[in-house]
Amino acid sequence: MGYDPENPMKDRITDIGPQHYAQYFPPVIKKNFGKWLYHEIIQPGVLKHVSETGDECYTVRVGCARLISVMMIRDYCDIADKHADGVMRYTTRNNVEFMVDSAAKVKPLLDACAKHGSMPVGGTGAGVTNIVHTQGWVHCHTPATDASGVVKAVMDELFDYFTSMKLPAQVRVALACCLNMCGAVHCSDIAILGVHRKPPMIDHDTITAVCELPLAISACPLGAVKPAKGINSKGEEVKSVAVNNDRCMFCGNCYTMCPAMPLADPDGDGIAILVGGKISNSRSTPKFSKMVIPFLPNTPPRWPETVAAVKNILETYAKDAKKYERVGEWAERIGWEKFFEKCNIPFTDKSIDDYRLAYDTWRTTTQFKYTSHIK
Amino acid sequence: MPKHDTPLLDQLESGPWPSFVTDLKRMAKKKDQCWDILGQLELSFKDKITHWKHGGIVGVFGYGGGVIGRYSDSPAKFPGVAHFHTVRLNQPSSKYYSTEILRKICDMWEKRGSGMTNMHGSTGDLVLLGTTTDQLEPIFWDATHELKMDLGGSGGNLRTPSCCLGKSRCEWACYDTQAACHNITMTYQDELHRPAFPYKFKTKFSGCPNDCVAAIARSDMAVIGNWRDSIRIDQAAVKSYMKGDFPSNGGAHAGRDWGPFDIQKEVIDLCPTGCMWMEGDKLKIDNSECTRCMHCINVMPRALRPGKDQGATILFGAKAPILDGAQIATMVVPFIKMDLENEFAEYKEIIEKAWDWWMEHGKNRERIGESIQRIGLPAFLAIMEITPIPQHIREPRSNPYVFWKDEEVEGGFERSVAEFRKKHKM
Repeated sequence: MGYDPENPMKDRITDIGPQHYAQYFPPVIKKNFGKWLYHEIIQPGVLKHVSETGDECYTVRVGCARLISVMMIRDYCDIADKHADGVMRYTTRNNVEFMVDSAAKVKPLLDACAKHGSMPVGGTGAGVTNIVHTQGWVHCHTPATDASGVVKAVMDELFDYFTSMKLPAQVRVALACCLNMCGAVHCSDIAILGVHRKPPMIDHDTITAVCELPLAISACPLGAVKPAKGINSKGEEVKSVAVNNDRCMFCGNCYTMCPAMPLADPDGDGIAILVGGKISNSRSTPKFSKMVIPFLPNTPPRWPETVAAVKNILETYAKDAKKYERVGEWAERIGWEKFFEKCNIPFTDKSIDDYRLAYDTWRTTTQFKYTSHIK
Repeated sequence: MPKHDTPLLDQLESGPWPSFVTDLKRMAKKKDQCWDILGQLELSFKDKITHWKHGGIVGVFGYGGGVIGRYSDSPAKFPGVAHFHTVRLNQPSSKYYSTEILRKICDMWEKRGSGMTNMHGSTGDLVLLGTTTDQLEPIFWDATHELKMDLGGSGGNLRTPSCCLGKSRCEWACYDTQAACHNITMTYQDELHRPAFPYKFKTKFSGCPNDCVAAIARSDMAVIGNWRDSIRIDQAAVKSYMKGDFPSNGGAHAGRDWGPFDIQKEVIDLCPTGCMWMEGDKLKIDNSECTRCMHCINVMPRALRPGKDQGATILFGAKAPILDGAQIATMVVPFIKMDLENEFAEYKEIIEKAWDWWMEHGKNRERIGESIQRIGLPAFLAIMEITPIPQHIREPRSNPYVFWKDEEVEGGFERSVAEFRKKHKM
């Protein structure tokens, strides 16, 4: 049985779609589906949901590295088998959740997580939850920085905010290792974004073989790539492209379309920090993250500049914001000029938008605050 | 014995957050490829650049998505990852699993892949990291036959839909997000597995405007639970909150002393529309002014609940910056019912209308949000046969450059310059 390479189409099954979710519900979830009345967070990382039937569901949320081995998954399974009816789930922020139906079952579950050593409980309420992130150097072909490594370094430093709820509101930190933003950092309270700073090189030896030149040319949103003759390493003239460096904003889209236009570089690449984005419609409308630090170097293995920058913003916000206020709401209330001053972040021209719709972000009023920026 | 020295990565084994390096090393004892992942990543840490080659088209027969080719640029040094493809498995709605199915997946992946995973990828798929080309068909066989699991989406197709946990464990879900996600995924298997679109298309299902699955930021078509009647109030519970019997915001602020709960300051004054007030000890809401932001409900979950006439708001066009800059989704349909009984017919009519137009008119690698920007929202609304309403805008235009049409202007655009010259000499 199994796949037969001699008869690849024999007994083939396609388009069966995902498994039906309901078969994996813990009993208390199945019984109370659609009947939940309210919830409380009884301690950091432990949720209590109460149903109109009177049933209770206790959830223990565990921080997870996302890049995990099947051995780690089996460790989670062991705990779920012993303590949580053999069922578990993953959150959209890559935490693991175990659910039980009585308060008495919580302590043994927490003890089991503590005993394992790599299952921190937290990530609820007014704290920092798991950092949503991308692949980085471990498995992606276009990154400008690593992902798992940076996240490990940052979460080690923010750990106390994962296991407690002492911030003014929840703070969502996310990392995307390039401008493609698989990690959707563009609407996060604090976003760590891998950026390139050098225009693409052109590999005239391979470009005609591996690229559709019109696609590479049209890939550039700023028209910086144009058809041109190139000279390959044998001295022959080949059909190729040229890049107008002054127009390049280093998005990397040309490289995505054309492998012969690499732009990654040890010195050119690094990290930008954006803040103040949110997704929830609660109080204020969803917001984009705004770039406040245009560049920090890649410094493996622990990215101290990035870790310090994130921690500084988080702790300045924690000290200054009001209860319920998200990072972006706080920055808008005090004004961005105060944000830069309070966070002691140098302001540069790089934080003034000069891309599409830039004018929407320029100040068109006499209303501003005097800060140390006005000499 | 370690196959490669990893002095830089070793430094990520300390600290309280779970270490992927420790985990990789543990797996490396069973799967030799993991040493080469560690070795290549260590080299990236040293060189500060990725060592994965660009692209590589691989897949299983008959599918155009679900597998992403990956090749090392240093295969001689790291033969275990010379080719090291990603497989996306379509996760069950909101990622509940039995340990039985997880263990089966683990066994399959230990046998046929590296043993490393992403739980989960950013679009929601269960991501299996690292296998060789010759294993792809056997993996697909095992996945469909043994695990009863299918591949997810990649490339220019419907990306694997995802949802919040909805009614399974949340009191706020305004429709059954899981049923919707599952039904839509099953209905559009062809669109999911065989790329026919100009670019990727993501649809995500959130049960309420808190939007825990980030639909409004990440999906080309976002389905966000909403209601049209009045917020339900339990006045006795309001009093209990005011007395301090229940923790505000479900206890989310327990780690710091913010003082006693103050309903005026924490709820009424933070309401973005100012539609709430106290009359004696009763909380009043002018629901006609409410924009359903969820703040009051979030703060007093035991006293306030979404209304009973529930459905969803449909928004189009969210995306990250590549190419034309980031977009948050635009509200297009204020309210539809999301009913399993009619198989989400209203949703399907909307998505198919949008696809039909976008497949014909979208440019290569143009997300639908960019197509909409290119033609303008009024044109898109016309294509969708939706009457423009003030809810579609934040504010009316401030420029006067209206694209009047020939038929909208008395007498039309055609005029005689000869007639004009009779009265107006050059």
